Amino acid sequence: MDAIDRNIVNGLQGGFPLCPRPFAVAAQALKLDEEELITRLTRMVAEDVLSRFGPLYHSERLGGAMTLAAMAVPEADFDRVCAIVNNFPEVSQNYERDHTLNMWFVVSAERPERVGQVLDQIAQLTGLTVHDMPKRREFFIDLKLEA
Amino acid sequence: MTRMDLPLPWENVARRLSAEGLPLTARPYRDLGRSLGLNEAETMRAVAALQHLGVVNRFGVILRNRALGFTVNGMCVFDLPDVRLAQAGTQVGALPFVSLCYARRRQPPVWPFNLFCMIHGRERDVVTRQFQQVRELLGTDVPADILISRRCFKQRGATYAPEATPWTPSTGIS
Repeated sequence: MDAIDRNIVNGLQGGFPLCPRPFAVAAQALKLDEEELITRLTRMVAEDVLSRFGPLYHSERLGGAMTLAAMAVPEADFDRVCAIVNNFPEVSQNYERDHTLNMWFVVSAERPERVGQVLDQIAQLTGLTVHDMPKRREFFIDLKLEA
Repeated sequence: MTRMDLPLPWENVARRLSAEGLPLTARPYRDLGRSLGLNEAETMRAVAALQHLGVVNRFGVILRNRALGFTVNGMCVFDLPDVRLAQAGTQVGALPFVSLCYARRRQPPVWPFNLFCMIHGRERDVVTRQFQQVRELLGTDVPADILISRRCFKQRGATYAPEATPWTPSTGIS
């Protein structure tokens, strides 16, 4: 990444124009031309700096459901449990964290009842208690990172 | 919230955007709509509607955190009296280094905490200091903890159709 890439990443984290030539408009604000902006974005996606260019979804407003769940996994059993959890396509994130509850994962599904089913199946397959911590209220959500 | 029934063309636009993002071309809305049987104006209207309905949070670059060096993520948790939750959540969410802030259900006795905020950073020390700032804001008598990520096994953003989206294992994302 060079300085121009960083400008692009910092400048295009939201507010993308909705018009026929949006990259031309966005490029102007970045003091680039349309073609260079598109070329650089294409390269950053290819290099995996960006996962994509597009929208961030608010999954619950799509009718889906999502929850955060945690388990206390014995160290010796960690890899086995991790494989079971990650094998569910509904698990979108899974982190090891430094706490007795050491595995934290997000389950999301289009059909709300599916979330509970996945948690039940994980409990059954791992033999561990799954602590379900659904969101009660959202105060802020906007992950912007400075390149 | 119950399932939102979108008109089918909007739903198709949402699915396509979720799976592939916006085409990186000079006329991205035209190219996005073409394979869905929509013209450019119809596609733009669909995107505007998705934004208006709040289905789309924001539109722009979706970053690989780890590629930018954001390898530390601290989940900061607090046990606040329920009456303080709304005000505290708004205050914490307004801090510039906080990327997410939620109230969640407690799980006593194993988990007494009801306010969660996420801090993403490049260095552990910085994230820990920022957690202390949140503590000072809320009062150091409030029970609190920080759970820093050790390893990330799986990460993808919320997608429109999680059940249908293939996931490719990767260790380099957090």
